[in-house]
Amino acid sequence: MKTKHYRLMQRTYMVLFFCFMYLPIAYMMIFSFNESKGYALFTGFTLKWYKSLFTNSTILNALWLSLQIALFSAIIATIMGTMAAIGISSMGRKSRLLVTNLTYLPVVNPEIITGISLMLLFVAYQKFAAGEGWLAEMLPDQIMGFPTLLIAHIAFNVPYVIFNVLPKLRQMDIRLYEAALDLGCTPRQAFFKVVLPEISPAVVSSFLICLTYSIDDFMISYFNSGTRETLPLQIYSMTRKKVSPEIYALSTIMFCIILTIILVSNAWDTHTYKKNQIKN
Amino acid sequence: MTLNNKKLAAPYLVWMVLFTIVPLAIVVYYAFTDDAGNFTLDNLARAGGYSSVFARSLMLALVATVICLVLAFPVGYFLSRLRVNKQRIMQMLIMMPMWMNFLLRTYAWMGLLSVNGPINTILGFFGIGPFTMLNTSGAVVLGMVYNYIPYMILPLYTSMTKIDASIVEAAEDLGANLFQTLVRVLIPMSVPGICTGITMVFVPAVSTFAISRMLGGGSNLLIGDLIEMQFLGNSYNLNVGSAMSLVLMVIVLLCMSFTSSFDEEEMEGAV
Repeated sequence: MKTKHYRLMQRTYMVLFFCFMYLPIAYMMIFSFNESKGYALFTGFTLKWYKSLFTNSTILNALWLSLQIALFSAIIATIMGTMAAIGISSMGRKSRLLVTNLTYLPVVNPEIITGISLMLLFVAYQKFAAGEGWLAEMLPDQIMGFPTLLIAHIAFNVPYVIFNVLPKLRQMDIRLYEAALDLGCTPRQAFFKVVLPEISPAVVSSFLICLTYSIDDFMISYFNSGTRETLPLQIYSMTRKKVSPEIYALSTIMFCIILTIILVSNAWDTHTYKKNQIKN
Repeated sequence: MTLNNKKLAAPYLVWMVLFTIVPLAIVVYYAFTDDAGNFTLDNLARAGGYSSVFARSLMLALVATVICLVLAFPVGYFLSRLRVNKQRIMQMLIMMPMWMNFLLRTYAWMGLLSVNGPINTILGFFGIGPFTMLNTSGAVVLGMVYNYIPYMILPLYTSMTKIDASIVEAAEDLGANLFQTLVRVLIPMSVPGICTGITMVFVPAVSTFAISRMLGGGSNLLIGDLIEMQFLGNSYNLNVGSAMSLVLMVIVLLCMSFTSSFDEEEMEGAV
């Protein structure tokens, strides 16, 4: 009797909780098909917001910039972070602790601090480059925009790569690497043939994490974008104006894409899992 | 012998100095100097003039964190008691909204909460309202809770999966009621998760500016809004902005050292 009652309470609570989580998303999906621009009344079905979304060149430009920044920053951060992780794991205890603690800084700092501190650096640089002197003459004056965005995104992505790859390196059996050397590999060959395949799952997942963080980032980009607009920045400036069901349409599309990716990757996981089970 | 490749870290070390340490040093430098570069405590004093905003930020973030904890605790617990394959599905359901940009989700709440929005319309059928929900501090707290609650659930859930079902059963067999089980068993055993969750919710909540801007209107300024205005807004003043950022950093550090010290104490006690 008691357990039945308890079960019912548990069910109700979970249902209510998920209603809360998905209410805004459901709301956006429904109103992306709404004829009028109103908040509350559904006046008729239309696809015009989707149409105007795909002809809106500022949104498409913002999306393109976001994708470029995400791709470049993820590639650079993954390579630099993986190299750093290997380097850090071969350091002595003291220096390793120092470097990992400093690497934690951008992770634990509020995003707004990372954003404004980088902005101050870039402002200081621009002041310097606009000044006198042979070095200042050689340096470009205006960097706010693509370069600063790229640097900022690499900066907040690298720590995640390092903390993702480091544990994998620690798990790796060092004797595999030594065996490769004993069997006549050069250190370079040993790295590419033994170490890299061993840590590659962590490297790939870091790359994907970087991509998603970069596409999603608002706070840090906000302070370092100059006049350029990535997709989240574009969304922000759209939300500052009047209600636009185009944003709802955009959200609906993004949600569907994410849902598909998750479902496919999950199906793939269970597929490989079953396959492995059959093998064993 | 180890992988002897210390040199591989060199590019990152240079990068770290340039883009992590130097920028933070510049923040400290700006906070303690005036336009001409002379040492001054004026900026900190001026930042202190906004103490009411700081107090409001701390208050709202604290309230949001407590609500998150209270709401997330049962979710984490129920989740940890499910069968493993169900746990995975539920975990994904909790993560999924997070994959959508938080600005979009917050924007949806703007529509939902507005005076002529769906919630007020539904309440109107029952003859209640309409209420002004948008542009209140309550709306800001709601936005924080909604956006950051997954960060509370996931660590709670992780530490709760380690609680053996037989321990809870034993407590019940020995006559503990639900409340006693909660206070004597479940809460003490999930302290690491609670501490992680509190920091992961409190830090972004206390430093946000987009949520307060969108759901709080102009009247519910937070620290984040103040800082943003010093750097990109109307009251452009990098020095005062840096001083405010410094104060924010100190607040966050204090919060984190508080929760982590608590965490360690509990761990020692548990052993």
